[in-house]
Amino acid sequence: MSQEQIDRAIAKDYAAGFTTDIESDTLPPGLTEDTIRFISAKKNEPEWLLEWRLGAFQVWREMVGPDWAHVDYPEVDFQSISYYSQPKSMEDRPKSLDEVDPELLATYEKLGIPLHEQEALAGVAVDVVFDSVSVATTFREKLAEAGVLFCSISEAVQQYPDLVRKHLGSVVPRKDNFYAALNSAVFSDGSFVYIPKGVRCPMELSTYFRINEANTGQFERTLIIADEGSHVSYLEGCTAPMRDENQLHAAVVELVALDDAEIKYSTVQNWYPGDAEGKGGIYNFVTKRGLAHTNAKISWTQVETGSAVTWKYPSCILRGDNSVGEFYSVALTNNLQQADTGTKMIHLGKNTRSTIISKGISAGKSSNAYRGLVRVGPTAKGARNYTQCDSLLIGDQCAAHTFPYIESKNPTGIIEHEATTSKVSDDQLYLCQQRGLDPEKAVSMIVNGFCKEVFKELPMEFAVEAGKLLEVSLEGSVG
Amino acid sequence: MLSIKDLHAEVEGKNILKGLNLEIREGEVHAIMGPNGSGKSTLGHVLSGRPGYEITQGSVEFLGKDLLELDTEERAHLGLFLAFQYPVEIPGVSNMEFLKASVDAVRESQGASAYDTVGFMRRAREACTAVDLDQAFLKRGVNEGFSGGEKKRNELMQMMLLEPRLCILDETDSGLDIDALQVVASGVNAMRSESRSFLLVTHYQRLLDYIEPDFVHVLADGRIIRSGDKSLALELEAKGYSWLDDGEVA
Repeated sequence: MSQEQIDRAIAKDYAAGFTTDIESDTLPPGLTEDTIRFISAKKNEPEWLLEWRLGAFQVWREMVGPDWAHVDYPEVDFQSISYYSQPKSMEDRPKSLDEVDPELLATYEKLGIPLHEQEALAGVAVDVVFDSVSVATTFREKLAEAGVLFCSISEAVQQYPDLVRKHLGSVVPRKDNFYAALNSAVFSDGSFVYIPKGVRCPMELSTYFRINEANTGQFERTLIIADEGSHVSYLEGCTAPMRDENQLHAAVVELVALDDAEIKYSTVQNWYPGDAEGKGGIYNFVTKRGLAHTNAKISWTQVETGSAVTWKYPSCILRGDNSVGEFYSVALTNNLQQADTGTKMIHLGKNTRSTIISKGISAGKSSNAYRGLVRVGPTAKGARNYTQCDSLLIGDQCAAHTFPYIESKNPTGIIEHEATTSKVSDDQLYLCQQRGLDPEKAVSMIVNGFCKEVFKELPMEFAVEAGKLLEVSLEGSVG
Repeated sequence: MLSIKDLHAEVEGKNILKGLNLEIREGEVHAIMGPNGSGKSTLGHVLSGRPGYEITQGSVEFLGKDLLELDTEERAHLGLFLAFQYPVEIPGVSNMEFLKASVDAVRESQGASAYDTVGFMRRAREACTAVDLDQAFLKRGVNEGFSGGEKKRNELMQMMLLEPRLCILDETDSGLDIDALQVVASGVNAMRSESRSFLLVTHYQRLLDYIEPDFVHVLADGRIIRSGDKSLALELEAKGYSWLDDGEVA
């Protein structure tokens, strides 16, 4: 496999890069207190939430963006972004799928999202967020029977204000970091889930995010609360059309797992990565964190193939005794993509356990960094962590980095860290080709093998999808 | 079936093959012997199309096609198989998955329908048994953590399932104990047929005790300097390669 062949194969078109021609109601670019008041009023929010947003905005104005990540991009001009966009026909929110704009439905069909219930993958309920507005939630009635609340966060603010008020910002405080503060000030929509005590959610829940409008940012906010002894599995997927400008996506996801509850959160992120010269693409600056109470378990699985720049560390605060945190990650970068991603496992309770399996794949001229923190606090007697961090290089112009931070303040803690770096070798490709496989199929097979430990954590349907996504993202990485 | 004429090839600017001629007809078994560095393994890689080998002169025709014009995988689709001397590992990709993908790709290129999964698994298990490997090997990563002998048997298993027209075995016998050697030999013998040919690259006459060749060639300094029947191998075993050096290299 020559470098030239590899280069040719890495060049690849973004399959989700179409735009949808829908009339939309978009706020002009710019961010002031008025912007926030506009968003809050548009959503008919209670006073406390407006105050909460404005408080976040105050904090944000005094903060500076993080510069410690191993990524390099021009400074974001926050005044050139539109903070609110909604498809026009949404002015009167649809009551059912029949009322949803057919153009929009066609978009989702192109994306292969099963919006219509009859076409849905068995047992997957989907909440769709298009630009800033949650468009439709499927399977609502069936979930309601089980007492599960699954709706957009805007709706939850109206219908379940107590739950939202109690938990919003409880895991990711407004001033947690620059982008979390920004999100708290301007979040437009997102998903809300509540699973009552002892309930095992009868189906996988899923959200699909899509940025359609040019020059819009997407600031979704997701809040999942699993009450005592409950169980939920949640998946989010993301795409965006191809545009020359960079677009900002700064989301916050908060998970609350009360005693004995379990939350499994899976992400398949395929935001537009920019073209082969690094023009355009999404800046994906996301804060995701879960709080695990006694005997609770939080499991993050992510497959990250898109975005021009990724800055993302889904984390677990293991506050309760015997709580468990898991992080399974595949991050693939190609062309000029940059990713700095990993996790934080904060052990506070006794006998807390965490597992980190990270698989980074770099192709083209991309840069892929794993950054992880394992902290065992003084109270975390008998805490255990196992970290495995593997990097795979394709070609000879990409880079892989590992930044593990380990802090143990309790002598009974056991922390293990293993790391490997390997290359898709010419000999492996030769073997595959000699056996009749074309080079693209061969690379995809090798990469899938490398990711196997993570893929097996994904819900079945999505594991297949993730495998295909890798194949597509790598198309052109060999020839 | 295979016709090599005046083949010259170099690797990293170094001439390895310097005018090699060889004819293999359907159903024949040819053995190529020769000292280290004579170009034996190079011949196998040049035929199968390994990147980095440059053909500077000559031609190779395989089943009526200009072999040198084809990509590596296209040669495999035509039915050319190389059993590697040092098979590489592909961690995480199960042997079964790899075999299925490989057989599917070859069959698809030949216009044959893919085997259904159950049918294929049965065939794979049979091949596994035939090369005396435990069924567990089908679930393990390709060559991952296999011993040298296990890797060679795994190569043979792939060969059985792919049903190639021309099998090139690159020192498949090296590093094998006598039991494993017999397994490999009986596997090859079972596959011999009127339409399938073999090119055995080996250092030792020992393999030829078990797989009887129709022709034996001696390769030295990039050319075939002597051809004969199986008795040539015995003669070489007794006298060593230096026996050919004096005046025989014409």
